[in-house]
Amino acid sequence: MTEPLFPQRSVGIVGYGAYVPRYRLPASEISRVWHGGYAGHPVQEKAVAGPDEDTFTMALEAARNALARAGVSAEALRAVWVGSESHPYAVKPTGTLLADALGAAPSVQAGDWEFACKAGTEAMVAAIGLVGSGMADYALVVGADTAQGRPGDALEFTAASGAAAFVLGPAENALARILATYSYVTDTPDFWRREGEKYPAHGQRFTGEPAYFHHITQAAKGLLEALDMTPQDFTYAVFHQPNTKFPQRVAKMLGFTPEQIAPGLLVPRIGNTYSASALIGLTAILDVAQPGDRIFVTSFGSGAGSDAFALEVTEAILERRDRAPHTEDYIARRTEIDYGLYVRYRGKLAE
Amino acid sequence: MELARHWRLKKQRYALQGEVCPHCQTKIFPPRDICPACKQEARTDHTFSGRGKVVAFTVVTQPPKGYEAQAPYVVALVELEEGPRVTAQLTDLGDEEPYIGMPVEMVTRKLRTVEGERGIIVYGYKFRPRLTVAQRA
Ligand SMILES: [Zn+2]
Repeated sequence: MTEPLFPQRSVGIVGYGAYVPRYRLPASEISRVWHGGYAGHPVQEKAVAGPDEDTFTMALEAARNALARAGVSAEALRAVWVGSESHPYAVKPTGTLLADALGAAPSVQAGDWEFACKAGTEAMVAAIGLVGSGMADYALVVGADTAQGRPGDALEFTAASGAAAFVLGPAENALARILATYSYVTDTPDFWRREGEKYPAHGQRFTGEPAYFHHITQAAKGLLEALDMTPQDFTYAVFHQPNTKFPQRVAKMLGFTPEQIAPGLLVPRIGNTYSASALIGLTAILDVAQPGDRIFVTSFGSGAGSDAFALEVTEAILERRDRAPHTEDYIARRTEIDYGLYVRYRGKLAE
Repeated sequence: MELARHWRLKKQRYALQGEVCPHCQTKIFPPRDICPACKQEARTDHTFSGRGKVVAFTVVTQPPKGYEAQAPYVVALVELEEGPRVTAQLTDLGDEEPYIGMPVEMVTRKLRTVEGERGIIVYGYKFRPRLTVAQRA
């Protein structure tokens, strides 16, 4: 059944916020240390969290930005949901830390979502249901990660840190209305991390065609068909960004142009921020979008699945977007580090 | 009442939740329920903007237990734009040297861990160089 999901009452994004840490590790540094300088570079560089940052602290800054744009008080939130594969605790929710630090606790749903890189968009679909059913007026969803690759693994080039947060609420108060969503999931062994393991493993053969491309195209086509729309009906599009080539290729497969994906294609400069990846791209698009623009979003999470969203920007974007730093402000704040400092900042010596 | 007090302490640690004196408008941090300026009762909550400037700083190379992971680090006396002065770590300095008068803003970060990798993580406020926001038309 490729029926898209429509809530009973119309829902939208009321506020959004991003966070990108200051430090950058160039791909050339990883190549120098592990590949004698001969490796190809899937990104130019990646964003690295500082030694006092984690998924909670990054989620908090993104959430503060989202609430500032929304103009909604933290007490108005009825859910604080954090999607990540790098929660600071194995047991003890990031959601309660965040709800408390924001001032949303104690009368609130708070919890963590896990689905590799699509945990944040999975939480977003649930929040659409919560607000769309009338159970809540406002819900906060965050995608945040401090992703780790085993030293020397190909993933180390791209595994990056960042966060994106969204306050969802009634469409009449939204800066972007959500037209519909559609999700597509299967059991696919492309990438996993067993309980207690520090670094993930991946099935090389499964990462491209049967995982990333299959799920994104199925979710995206399902939503487009159900809405009776084509890529030409959208001003912008953003797809999950594990490296620079995959989102470019999947956009082309679906019929989106390089111009449509350009503002949201942040991966060459910040790396793959996992649960934040497609969502942080969406924040960069909202920073430049105009009322009436339509935005197509499709995430991907290993294991595997994709969530597709169709959005339409409203007049409210104009007065709200400068209430918090733009995503490009964070990207412009850049200090390059070498591999040694990276190893220390990310605790890679503490095996 | 105990619960309320607990909440307020937490808010004060994660963000800069203080008080404003209803009599003379003095902004108070940390909250102490008595106005330091006019000595009258002051219990009205006030959330500080988080912006301020460095008025003194020192580099800590011999950190106390629990703070080793981030050493060496800079501890600064920050004057908030509302008046009060607070002592906190500076973070995200990158390649910038701290200086007297440096504009900073509050962020919430990991302060330390209790019992290393097994224990609880303690979060609290620090200050970073103020983020540069591009001028927009
Ligand atoms: Zn007073």
